Amino acid sequence: MMQGRPWFRMTSLFLGFAFLYIPVASLIIYSFNKSKLVTVWGGFSTRWYGELLHNGQILSAAWLSLKVATISATLAVVLGTLGGMVLARFGPFRGRTLLSGLTTAPLVMPEVITGLSLLLLFVTMEQLIGWPAGRGMTTIVISHITLTMAYVTVIVQSRLAQMDDSLEEAAMDLGARPAKVFFLITLPIIFPALMSGWLLAFTLSLDDLVITSFVAGPGSSTLPMVIFSKVRLGVSPDINALATILVTIVAIGVTIAGFTMTRQQKIKERDAQMALAANQQMIDSLKKD
Amino acid sequence: MKRWLGRWVPSGRTLVTSVPYVWLLLFFLIPFVIVLKISFSAAQIAMPPYEPLFHWASAQVLQIQLNLGNFAFLVEDNLYIKAYLNSIFVAGVSTLLCLLIGYPIAYSMARSNPSTRNILLLLVTLPFFTSFLLRVYAWIGILKNNGLINNTLMSFGLIDQPIQMLQTDFAVYVGIVYSYLPFMILPLYANLEKMDLTLLEAAADLGCKPWQGFLKITLPLSLPGVVAGCLLVFIPAVGEFVIPSLLGDPGMLMIGKVLWTEFFNNRDWPVASAVAIALLLFLVIPIMYLDRAQNAESAEGARK
Repeated sequence: MMQGRPWFRMTSLFLGFAFLYIPVASLIIYSFNKSKLVTVWGGFSTRWYGELLHNGQILSAAWLSLKVATISATLAVVLGTLGGMVLARFGPFRGRTLLSGLTTAPLVMPEVITGLSLLLLFVTMEQLIGWPAGRGMTTIVISHITLTMAYVTVIVQSRLAQMDDSLEEAAMDLGARPAKVFFLITLPIIFPALMSGWLLAFTLSLDDLVITSFVAGPGSSTLPMVIFSKVRLGVSPDINALATILVTIVAIGVTIAGFTMTRQQKIKERDAQMALAANQQMIDSLKKD
Repeated sequence: MKRWLGRWVPSGRTLVTSVPYVWLLLFFLIPFVIVLKISFSAAQIAMPPYEPLFHWASAQVLQIQLNLGNFAFLVEDNLYIKAYLNSIFVAGVSTLLCLLIGYPIAYSMARSNPSTRNILLLLVTLPFFTSFLLRVYAWIGILKNNGLINNTLMSFGLIDQPIQMLQTDFAVYVGIVYSYLPFMILPLYANLEKMDLTLLEAAADLGCKPWQGFLKITLPLSLPGVVAGCLLVFIPAVGEFVIPSLLGDPGMLMIGKVLWTEFFNNRDWPVASAVAIALLLFLVIPIMYLDRAQNAESAEGARK
């Protein structure tokens, strides 16, 4: 049954998505504006893209951000998968409440608090054990892992909660060790969730301004820090060009990932069902004997 | 399940648990203890710019100096109180606006065809993957005096003078609602999508009008989603820094901005820590509530 009035549904969806997407569309359109006054149309031009390529400060900041995002997203997926496993599969244990709280809190904690507290930790650690010496890429990576692993944990946990654990149990019954079950059964099934977790962690890291500003050293400005200092002075056309490039890359990446994931998901689910059905047949035939 | 767990070698299980656990304790919980400690110390011009709390006066005497001055300062100077109250007010109004705008969207998504639903869901999640900073930046171009809205209105002759929108509270509300709307829509959608529609059919068969059905059945059943969405918007919005500093009036008092200024401009780490602790104390209860709500949700998912 499709209840409700169609016109209401169409209008609210149309207005809602217009609100979400018009600002991004305006960024892209004005990036091709010849005029330096970003929002006054002066003809089509790609000159701002050219200028972007000659802006050494932006290029080196972008390179640093890409390195940080790749490393921290990868480590966040490893830690977040472990965290999601523990929360979804290990049942109640002492300290579970604290672990679940420590996973939820970074998701909503105002970034100024997280940033300040991490900086003070790094300063204290340096005084006590001499590591990390100074602040720079290492401290940024550690902070980004802490922020983004929470998102990965939530994604993995909810994926595991939906997943039928009878395949894992079957493998266990057939004598596979837990580690083997994890790598041969669980990991391939939840792999699409890990992919989207990685993508999300990567973009969050690439985008983070506040925490990074606290924990970055003098010589390590990331892309959002450079953008923020420019944008504070007003709109500037090369930032529009940069935004367009980033949005395009992300849109292509997410769309491809989305399609392959849904396809793989379907194949995997079918395989899993076939395996279960075969198993059932075997059990039935054994019973008959 | 138990049988499965029973085969875990205790050491392996402990090892798997301890890796994320130790990481979060070290890099998320312990830092707050340090913030608390530094909020009780006095500022000094050095690196790091605060006095130590513990101090060996002689070989046997350990002096502990607790400086309550930072917290007294927060209470005495009404700038901080005003900033706290204003942040809570702005976050509260933005949360309400997000709910009013997000609910119809989530509702319409949940009642669409299953095939359209996945595309709509992708469209709502896509903004998560695009830069938050750049999406806020886009609003500068839209709201400023010679920006998109003012130019359009003026070219149609509807106004003679541009309306001042950038650097007003209005711009901050637009920015927060725009940035946090997906956080409201997603939990609402997840809740509304699961709803058993036969309840509404039954109500309709018994003579219930559609709007009564909505008020008496859909709305109460969706309350968990409403609560989760509101917390996901409200908690981070209270400490928001980027949006008020890019879109708001430079004099607008928001606690996130105050903390930032104390730290980066005044280099007063102890007062910045005291501001953080005071904000944290206010947020602990909603955060715990959110965690409980999420656990209840995932436990329900696991039972299915």
